[in-house]
Amino acid sequence: MVELTINNIKVKAEKGMTILDAAKSVGIHIPTLCHMKDMFPTGACRMCVVEVEGMRGLTPSCAYPVVEGMKVETNSQRVRTARKTIVELLIENHPQDCLICVRNKNCELQDLSERYNVREHRYVGEKKKHAIDISSASMERDPAKCILCGRCVRTCNEIQKVGAIDFTYRGFKSTVTTPFNKGLNVSDCILCGQCILVCPTAALREKSHSKEVINAIKDKSKFVIAQVAPAVRASIGEEYNLPLGTNATGQLVTGLKRLGFKKVFDTNFAADLTIIEEATELISRVKNNSDLPMFTSCCPGWVKYIEQNRPHLLNHVSTCKSPHEMEGAVLKTYYAKKMGIDPKDIFVVSIMPCTVKKYESDRPELSENHLQDVDAVLTTRELVRMFKMFGIDFNDLPEDNFDNPLGESTGAAAIFGTSGGVMEAALRTAYEKLSNKELDNLDFQQVRGLQGIKSASIPINGIEINIAVVNGIGNVSPILDEIEKGESKYHFIEVMACPGGCINGGGQPIHQKPEKVKKRVQALYEIDSKMKNRKSHENESVKKLYKEFLGEPNGHIAHEILHTHYINRKNILNNN
Amino acid sequence: MENRILKKYPPKDRSYLIPLLQDVQDEFGYLPEQQLKQIAEYVGMSFVAVYGVATFYNQFRLTPLGKNVIRVCRGTACHVKNSANILTAIETELGIKAGQTTRDKLFTLETVACIGACSIAPVVNINEEYYGRITVKEIPKILSKYKKEEKLKVEHPIGVE
Repeated sequence: MVELTINNIKVKAEKGMTILDAAKSVGIHIPTLCHMKDMFPTGACRMCVVEVEGMRGLTPSCAYPVVEGMKVETNSQRVRTARKTIVELLIENHPQDCLICVRNKNCELQDLSERYNVREHRYVGEKKKHAIDISSASMERDPAKCILCGRCVRTCNEIQKVGAIDFTYRGFKSTVTTPFNKGLNVSDCILCGQCILVCPTAALREKSHSKEVINAIKDKSKFVIAQVAPAVRASIGEEYNLPLGTNATGQLVTGLKRLGFKKVFDTNFAADLTIIEEATELISRVKNNSDLPMFTSCCPGWVKYIEQNRPHLLNHVSTCKSPHEMEGAVLKTYYAKKMGIDPKDIFVVSIMPCTVKKYESDRPELSENHLQDVDAVLTTRELVRMFKMFGIDFNDLPEDNFDNPLGESTGAAAIFGTSGGVMEAALRTAYEKLSNKELDNLDFQQVRGLQGIKSASIPINGIEINIAVVNGIGNVSPILDEIEKGESKYHFIEVMACPGGCINGGGQPIHQKPEKVKKRVQALYEIDSKMKNRKSHENESVKKLYKEFLGEPNGHIAHEILHTHYINRKNILNNN
Repeated sequence: MENRILKKYPPKDRSYLIPLLQDVQDEFGYLPEQQLKQIAEYVGMSFVAVYGVATFYNQFRLTPLGKNVIRVCRGTACHVKNSANILTAIETELGIKAGQTTRDKLFTLETVACIGACSIAPVVNINEEYYGRITVKEIPKILSKYKKEEKLKVEHPIGVE
């Protein structure tokens, strides 16, 4: 332990701790911009500078370790002036269109401007000019709003290991951009949106589908249906100051009905359906020993990643559509027929924690009779904005239930939103289908948690099924290398592109509270544990769907409607 | 690309990135996009990171050079002698900005920090020629000389009867 004084307060800190963390431990706030928890400090933005007795210049507290007897001032006049100047300089090279900015009132630059009482323009100079990149189906990139903190670059390169954007040029011309400043649509980007979650301003944001949705709702000839992903219910409360990990399913359903959706269904229904299809596919692959290991295909970010980077391994990816696409497909076939609605008039809106789902919903192969399975995708954030616009006070909403028949779900579907959830749900079903025995303990602790790679060996009916769960696309490379070398021992592998799974998707509420992922995950496991039915094959509505319409799992109709194919995108990118 | 260049360096070692970029530029006169992609794969870096390095250093070019390279000295002495106006005049005459190449690929315009000929400031260097104590008025005349040379070559190609 090291003893030091910060602002005349005696502080005991562990050796190797930074001044920033030591100050935080006694409730002293030091502002930061480029700092990222648990990552090597860059000290680039200089917002966190402090005065250390005996040192000539100001010291970046995020990068400087505590020393015995050190005397630190975090809030002297000199420090405040330095920080204010940094903020002023950043603002002067920023568009200053806060009033019409999507991040208005949730912007770190705006917060700092307020905190340091910036009240006039002291520096007027040349401003950088950049076009907005609207090329991708999911995201917009607005380099004029970028303050070059580098958090997106580090997330993309060090956490996700995708490497789609980086710093280019230097000095005044420095820009975070793609190779040759081309659109994100022809870059290595998988549109996971993790960069959006760390961006302090609106330089990175989702491409909004709100207009399309609002137009569809007001169009009397359209039958507009909403479906909600499992992860949204566990995070939306954060936008309304509810505690982290609040399950707000009831209010969410009421809110959507008040927005004007004719029906509000649960993507969890299709998650159960996915499990039936995927488990059946897995069992047949294991029996035939073909194309093993099999990868899950629920995460469109992961699918885009393997299409772009290792297309020769695409035969390992399950052909199942992702749950919300399955839900859309069932709505435009089975449900349309049952209700006597022309599928052309059905407009399916997915409420998702995800940015890639927007891109996915545009994929031409995810359609029935030239009608896209899903017509629009709203992120959690966009939905909150719509609630605001429509005068819906979320906190005061009564609770309501999902509509049926596509609203019924089991506990297995609820945990789809977290890393390991799809695996656990699939295991519950595969186990019972393979062994014809009831599973005693439904909780597969081996696949829970936030480690990068989780693996286990599950004995089912005399066969050891080796499984792995990849949490975050940055961890997938070694697993793929093993398969390429023919050394993989796994049968089934779940991959989620976002660290933590969908619960931490690129469309989720933006804030930097450290416990957010853990708490949201807890909320989902709680939903699961409280369910009467916790295995996908116990979903009565799904059973009925097979009986009335689909026939057999992996059967002919199921294949037509619930399965898809993939495309080698490496060549597409290379020819650009 | 010629593996010949890549093979000179061990694979998956990013410390050889800059020598590789230099060699490729020597070969092609600039850094073509496809070559940058191959280099990225060879050294084990992302394409954009390689692009970042290539744009960081002034020595690297991402577009092919024009037939004639004009370098306007923007050093201190030339600056005092109004080289900013000289640069603007050339930019206007060619319709491009410093760092760009004309559409007909005839001229590339660059600025230099100091050419080392301060006694004859302001200085403009075109290919091997140096033009000292240059004035804005002379610029169209000097440039037309290079344009004419090109026209002659096109009308009377060497080696063709």
